[in-house]
Amino acid sequence: MTLVQILFLLFGLVTLLASLMVVTSPKLVHAAFWLILALAGVAALFILLEATFLAVVQVVVYIGAIAILIIFAVMLTRRVMHDTGPQVNRSWWVALLVSLVLFGGLVLMLAQVPALAGTPAPLMVDQETLLEDLGRALVDADRYVLPFELASVLLMASMIGAIFVARPPSGSEERSGER
Amino acid sequence: MDFNFQDPFTSIGELLRGLLLGWGLAPGLVSLILMLLGALVLAGFAMTLAGVFLTWLDRKLAARIQDRLGPNRVGPFGIFQPIADAIKLITKEDIIPEGAERAIFKLAPMLAVMSAVGIWAVVPFAPRLIGTDLNVGVLYIVAVGAIGTLSIMMGGMASNNKYAMLGAFRTVAQMVAYEIPMVIALLVPTMLAGTMGVGGIVEAQRGGWFIVLAPVATLLFFVSAMAEAGRAPFDLLEAESEIVAGYNVEYSGMKFGMFYVAEFLHGVTIAALTATLFLGGWLGPGAQQFPLLGLVYFAIKTAFVYLVISLIRFSMPRIRIDHLLAFNWKLLTPLALAAVIVTAIADKLAPALGWNRAVVHLTANILLAWATFEALRAYARGIRQRVEVQPAAVETGGAD
Repeated sequence: MTLVQILFLLFGLVTLLASLMVVTSPKLVHAAFWLILALAGVAALFILLEATFLAVVQVVVYIGAIAILIIFAVMLTRRVMHDTGPQVNRSWWVALLVSLVLFGGLVLMLAQVPALAGTPAPLMVDQETLLEDLGRALVDADRYVLPFELASVLLMASMIGAIFVARPPSGSEERSGER
Repeated sequence: MDFNFQDPFTSIGELLRGLLLGWGLAPGLVSLILMLLGALVLAGFAMTLAGVFLTWLDRKLAARIQDRLGPNRVGPFGIFQPIADAIKLITKEDIIPEGAERAIFKLAPMLAVMSAVGIWAVVPFAPRLIGTDLNVGVLYIVAVGAIGTLSIMMGGMASNNKYAMLGAFRTVAQMVAYEIPMVIALLVPTMLAGTMGVGGIVEAQRGGWFIVLAPVATLLFFVSAMAEAGRAPFDLLEAESEIVAGYNVEYSGMKFGMFYVAEFLHGVTIAALTATLFLGGWLGPGAQQFPLLGLVYFAIKTAFVYLVISLIRFSMPRIRIDHLLAFNWKLLTPLALAAVIVTAIADKLAPALGWNRAVVHLTANILLAWATFEALRAYARGIRQRVEVQPAAVETGGAD
């Protein structure tokens, strides 16, 4: 076994264990921290795949923004940090079934990708070119500009929605405004 | 092997590599050992610099500004005071409060130092003296900075203390908000250089430092990075007079020491980043032939920016939380977006019209700054008018 393979197994194991802890730990805030570990494990896997950009974006977006907001929300909930509850509800078997079907489908689909059968060939282009290609692909009309813009519109809509929900009623606006 | 005094770092690296290979180690392992060694040297250097020299300098400077003497008992000019402090911190009892989340409580100070030192991995100190020239260096800086936010939140949450929690709340409000103008301001040097690699950004400044090409972005980055690091006047997360000490109130001994060092290192990191991204990094006359000279230029620029940070820190009162957030969302973020748009247009316009690039960029930035000041003046005029109208409203019982 090479060093990279050992590292892959190590990070994969950490990611899997952490994800398991996310759903099994009784305290909500612990689950949030386990989630951060799982996301960091995925970032490490990206680095092993030589996808530096994806790894860094994973840390910026998931750990730097989403995970921190989740913890913030947990901390602001009713019984700060001590929010515990039962781990399963009545429909646990439905969730299990759905996740098993999803997992099986993914495995089946990935098994049919021809490139994954043997040892993958090393990358022929350098990182800089790959990064530039990714950037161009996101604004190229023939490639991914439509999904990219759609996602932007979706985020914009949710942002406007959040502002609308958080805004005080129009009557009290003058009082809470400039002081 | 002859030792090349013009480029000692590369020579030392080659010397060590030859030595380890001579011992019969595999080339991959040798590279790994050299990388670990480099990281150790860098981290040790950073800790000594921040822990010993900078704390002393900071206290001396603060004392001068506040018309007192500062540390002056231990050694000449009290320069060994930080060593005495470090010994005190190490020998202190290390208390973990009852009801604390033990694992998270212990992990937080380590992550804090890690996030400050980790950024140095992509900072070029001299030509060919860089930890790793990542092609996504700028994004890496943002990512590692985000871990710093996380560490402060972990410390505040795990302490099981209301004041620590309040400090952590403020941290999130402040750091997540100020990350936005910082990231957008970082886009400007990226666009000007055409690369996200920090080494490439320094190389691109041969024609002119980016502070000339993008003064607005420089100022934006400087201000928002200072807020991101929680330096005064943005030190709301550890406002001594309001929430005792904020997120680190329950920390004692060396764990507190690590948070303290992390804060200092973060200040140096901001200075180093500003020097690298906007002041030309190691660039200077003769730096290409003599990398040691590049290191000197880099150190001088970093020290200058750090001095400015310290001066601001000791002469400004703490800003109020709602003002802080309004300042970010109503001024810095729109201005950063405008700066990116202006830079993009100017960068396309300059070659199309055949004008000097620096002149076009500088003019565009001056126009942007002028427009901002005009907008601020109009805003202030609006507030003043409302204040002048206010007394009449009080008489009719309308205002609170």
